[in-house]
Amino acid sequence: MTDPAPTTNPRDRSDTSQRMAKSASSPRTSRSARRTRTGRRSPLASVALLVIGLMATGGAYAAFTSAASAEDNGSANIADADAKNGEKLFQANCATCHGTNGEGTNQAPTLLGVGAASVDFQVGTGRMPMAVQGPQAERKPPQFTDAQVKDLAAYVASLAPGPEIPADEYLTGKGDVTEGAELFRINCAMCHNVSGAGGALTEGKFAPSLKGVSAAHIYEAMLTGPQNMPVFNDQNISPEDKANVIAYLTYLDDHASPGGLDLGDLGPVSEGLFVWIFALGSIVAITVWLTAKSN
Amino acid sequence: MADHGSADTGNAVEIIATDPGPRSAAVVPTDRPQNPGFPPERKRVADLDPAKEKQQERRVVAWFVVGIIGAVGAVAAYVAFPLDTRGSIDPSETRIVTLLIGLGIALGLFGIGFGAVHWAKSLMHGHDLVEMRHPTRGSEETRAKAVAVFTAGNEESGFSRRKAIVGTLIGALVAFPLPGIVLFRGLAPKEDANDVLRHTMWKKGTRLTRDPSGTPIKASEVTLGSAFHVIPEGLNDSEHKLEEKAKAAVLLMRLKPEDLHVSKGKENWSYDGIVAYSKICTHVGCPVALYEQQTHHLLCPCHQSQFDITREAEVIFGPAKRPLPQLPIYVDDEGYLRARSDFHEPVGPSFWEREH
Amino acid sequence: MSTTTAPAPNEQATRGTRFTSWAANYVDERTSMSGLVKELGRKIFPDHWSFMLGEVALYSFVVILLSGSFLTFFFQASMAEVEYDGSYVPLKGLEMSAAMQSTLNISFDLRGGLLIRQIHHWAALLFVASIGLHMLRVFFTGAFRKPREVNWLVGFLLFVLAMAEGFTGYSLPDDLLSGNGLRIIDGMVKGVPFFGTWISYLLFGGEFPGTQIVGRLYTLHILLLPAILVALLGVHMLLLIVNKHTQFAGPGRTNDNVVGSPIMPVFAAKAGGFFFIVFGVIALVAATVTINPIWAYGPYDPSPVSAGTQPDWYIGFADGALRLIPPGWELMLGPYTLSLNILVPILVLLVFLAVVAVYPFVEAWITNDKREHHIADRPRNAPTRTAIGAAGVTFYAGLWSAASSDLIATHFKLSIESVTHVIQAVTILGPIVAFFVTKRICLALQKKDREIALHGFESGRIVRLPGGEYIEVHEQLSEYERWRLVSFEEYHPVMVRPDARGRITQRAKLRASLSSWFFEDRIAPVTQKELESSSHGHH
Repeated sequence: MTDPAPTTNPRDRSDTSQRMAKSASSPRTSRSARRTRTGRRSPLASVALLVIGLMATGGAYAAFTSAASAEDNGSANIADADAKNGEKLFQANCATCHGTNGEGTNQAPTLLGVGAASVDFQVGTGRMPMAVQGPQAERKPPQFTDAQVKDLAAYVASLAPGPEIPADEYLTGKGDVTEGAELFRINCAMCHNVSGAGGALTEGKFAPSLKGVSAAHIYEAMLTGPQNMPVFNDQNISPEDKANVIAYLTYLDDHASPGGLDLGDLGPVSEGLFVWIFALGSIVAITVWLTAKSN
Repeated sequence: MADHGSADTGNAVEIIATDPGPRSAAVVPTDRPQNPGFPPERKRVADLDPAKEKQQERRVVAWFVVGIIGAVGAVAAYVAFPLDTRGSIDPSETRIVTLLIGLGIALGLFGIGFGAVHWAKSLMHGHDLVEMRHPTRGSEETRAKAVAVFTAGNEESGFSRRKAIVGTLIGALVAFPLPGIVLFRGLAPKEDANDVLRHTMWKKGTRLTRDPSGTPIKASEVTLGSAFHVIPEGLNDSEHKLEEKAKAAVLLMRLKPEDLHVSKGKENWSYDGIVAYSKICTHVGCPVALYEQQTHHLLCPCHQSQFDITREAEVIFGPAKRPLPQLPIYVDDEGYLRARSDFHEPVGPSFWEREH
Repeated sequence: MSTTTAPAPNEQATRGTRFTSWAANYVDERTSMSGLVKELGRKIFPDHWSFMLGEVALYSFVVILLSGSFLTFFFQASMAEVEYDGSYVPLKGLEMSAAMQSTLNISFDLRGGLLIRQIHHWAALLFVASIGLHMLRVFFTGAFRKPREVNWLVGFLLFVLAMAEGFTGYSLPDDLLSGNGLRIIDGMVKGVPFFGTWISYLLFGGEFPGTQIVGRLYTLHILLLPAILVALLGVHMLLLIVNKHTQFAGPGRTNDNVVGSPIMPVFAAKAGGFFFIVFGVIALVAATVTINPIWAYGPYDPSPVSAGTQPDWYIGFADGALRLIPPGWELMLGPYTLSLNILVPILVLLVFLAVVAVYPFVEAWITNDKREHHIADRPRNAPTRTAIGAAGVTFYAGLWSAASSDLIATHFKLSIESVTHVIQAVTILGPIVAFFVTKRICLALQKKDREIALHGFESGRIVRLPGGEYIEVHEQLSEYERWRLVSFEEYHPVMVRPDARGRITQRAKLRASLSSWFFEDRIAPVTQKELESSSHGHH
């Protein structure tokens, strides 16, 4: 590299670490410490960072656990689910295509081993039961109550072991946003777009928008790889990292674009259309007024 | 205006027929309707009614006042958000600052703009004036003088007489930019472009690691339907990280072994349905990473080339021609995935000497 | 110069006017400015909304210069790796280039910085868009004809430079989107036979992405290209003054006069005010609508990519051309690879741009019309030209829409493959259809004009005649309204004639056949005789 490293004037750096010290609640600090390269910070700064890192992790953990317990009494819990009731629902709504024992037919795949997570995702987002055969099952208002979904999930999980519904601690929407953002860009953005707006796949299929999708459903999608989405198992993206990805998506949902309206986060295409239709359009309207004779 | 009557009738057409060849396609009109001249002028309200004129004047003043308010408002918005919070701005705060300062500036500009235009439209001299055109070419006299200048220049310098001087001058002028062009050779580094494009960081035994963390991957972790984004081990410590990553990025997928059509000589390039392909599109180099785990198609989001992983990444749609290069892999004693060798062909977009 | 009334002499010179006259005298005695003011001060500009489009381009360029200068004070055109420590939480601690970091700092750590960035980028999109619309206006009204062919060429160069400016600017922040854009440029350059590999190597200072490209593009973006652009803009404006503006046909307007407002004061006030309005629209858009959210794209990394990776709109036609090539267009010439999937789109685009550039000269040759033209055509009165323009627009639109084929597919619930195939067909067949349809529409409109000029327009009033017959009363136009409809030029195809040496050259034959293609279908303008006879025959 021939360019001099910019902004690495030592005064700047110590300034940075002080600022870091002030914002001890930042979840980024432990990561920053890991990424620091030798010779770029004073040793004192490293010590400071270490201390902050420990404090931040502790603080984050405290925040995590309290938030997790707060969420607990919200939705229906898989532990209370009734597999018997689930079986009844299954026979009435799913068995036609997936077989009476979930063994699959030539219309639909087997459900043995898909696990509770799959069922919670597919039924909980309304994708199953499918309304029509199409390139892919689409999200729609769910047909069952949350408790019924959990019952169904418990029944399918009882047929053969598979991925379980994620623990609440990963679904708080809190975590390392930077880590999550980076993982999202590498593993998800090529289909779902960097802002989670969704995108096209082959033969009429598409990666759906991730805006407003619940943390549990995002987690389950990563874990089970619904339809054509690849599986991101816990060895590929650890549960903590999945929580980080969810944290990033939550961050995007919570923070409107700093620049103003986001035009659907579709990038240069919507920007181009906007400039032609609205910017140039309004200017042309003004030229008509401008050159018309006053009355 | 007094000059309204001066409008000429019809189009004064003059064909400068210096070319004895084909005639112009234009037809000189003979029996054309007459140009009726300027229509009677319509007065504006401000021309007729002094009260209206006063009203228009007030409107212009109001616009300019709006302009002042807008500009001052933008400054106020700037001041309202103190500057010493550098380093901890919330994006939603940025949004508000951008909005308020921007609206203030826009208002300030609109005030001036609409005020000035309204002034021009409603109060300034209100009807059309006429200016006559002249042929763009200089008058015959001017042209003759210009020719005389050139003739004198030619005679006094002997430009067209002294053939040797002119010839060598042209030669020198052609030669003089050459050093400038040659100097741009210095843009390129010392290594041979063709050489570096042929090699990536992968070599025999390099472990496959996760992008971006760089942790190694065990074959057992790659479950059916999985897709791993892979970089070679040690890439994160590499001196030319991005350049190496731009060639070495790999997508790792696991299919059912029976779904894979393996050609001769590549039998041991995969492991139990696990295959690794270059992520760099053979069209113009975008990362091809949209993997559909049921159809086993890979889609490039830039130009929609599609590759079929079951048939060794053959192109099934889009502008790409060549399949994605496959990275031969094996599993070591500890269960980690390793490269058997580098890619067997240059990765990424085609280039002229690719097969050379 | 026009014969305008002298301003009423001011009886009592106020303090302000005394100062003004002193200043004017001071300047004139040192610069002989009075001559320029005399020449230009009362120059006439015709009023028509479509004549303001070039001004939109000019003003957005001024906005670009202003906002761009501000940005240069904060932007670092360096690809040196730094660790981001700014305000935007989801990127904190990431390694990125100094260029990306400084752009993020402009956006988040500089009050109003994001606004200026957005003003700059929106103004850039508007700049190219308004140039495009301005060119379409000039084309469809035939305002490129003699003596303005040279200025068309200058304007064309400005258009190309504007696109180059846009692309170099888009690439500067070194974010994921622009990085993938550069990756595509790298791939395209590598597809060039013989030199491609080396050009890419020189351009990027080694392998892609290298550490040089942002700095190099920056020099082009803020120094070289703007310098050429400003110089050509000067030539463009100078030629505008020399040639004077075209005007539409209208009562009292002829090929030998210009009717409109004088620069001082009306046009100056309108145009000056319009600058502020254009700037205001840009500021308003920049204040309310996000553009190029680099914080979402993240720093450039060769591994990730975003769905919907597209260039800014004005490069879209090139990206679309790449997308439309069917599979397999790559040849082996012995040991060498010929990437037709890249070369064909590049050549098609170059040919398209070349046709746009030379069209005025081609049309002048076909018509052999050597007169000066200062009356802008109504598009319908030049059916073949209008049809050619429509074909060109359709072709461009095909390529352009191809660049968003993925978004069309997702938003209209179609498959990418079928969208691509349809656009392939539209791009090839669409221009032909557009040509014929447009030509017929033009001729039909001309017929309608002729009908109205001769027989008036349908008033909607039904009258019963004494004999019981019902007729609809046609109302005659005023002579001023009629003039608008009848005052256009008549052309006949150029005939094949032997040249001075009595031979018929291939050139002459070609010209004759092109000319008859250009003019064979036409509606003759109304003659005075027809007008008279029709007005006698009617009430």
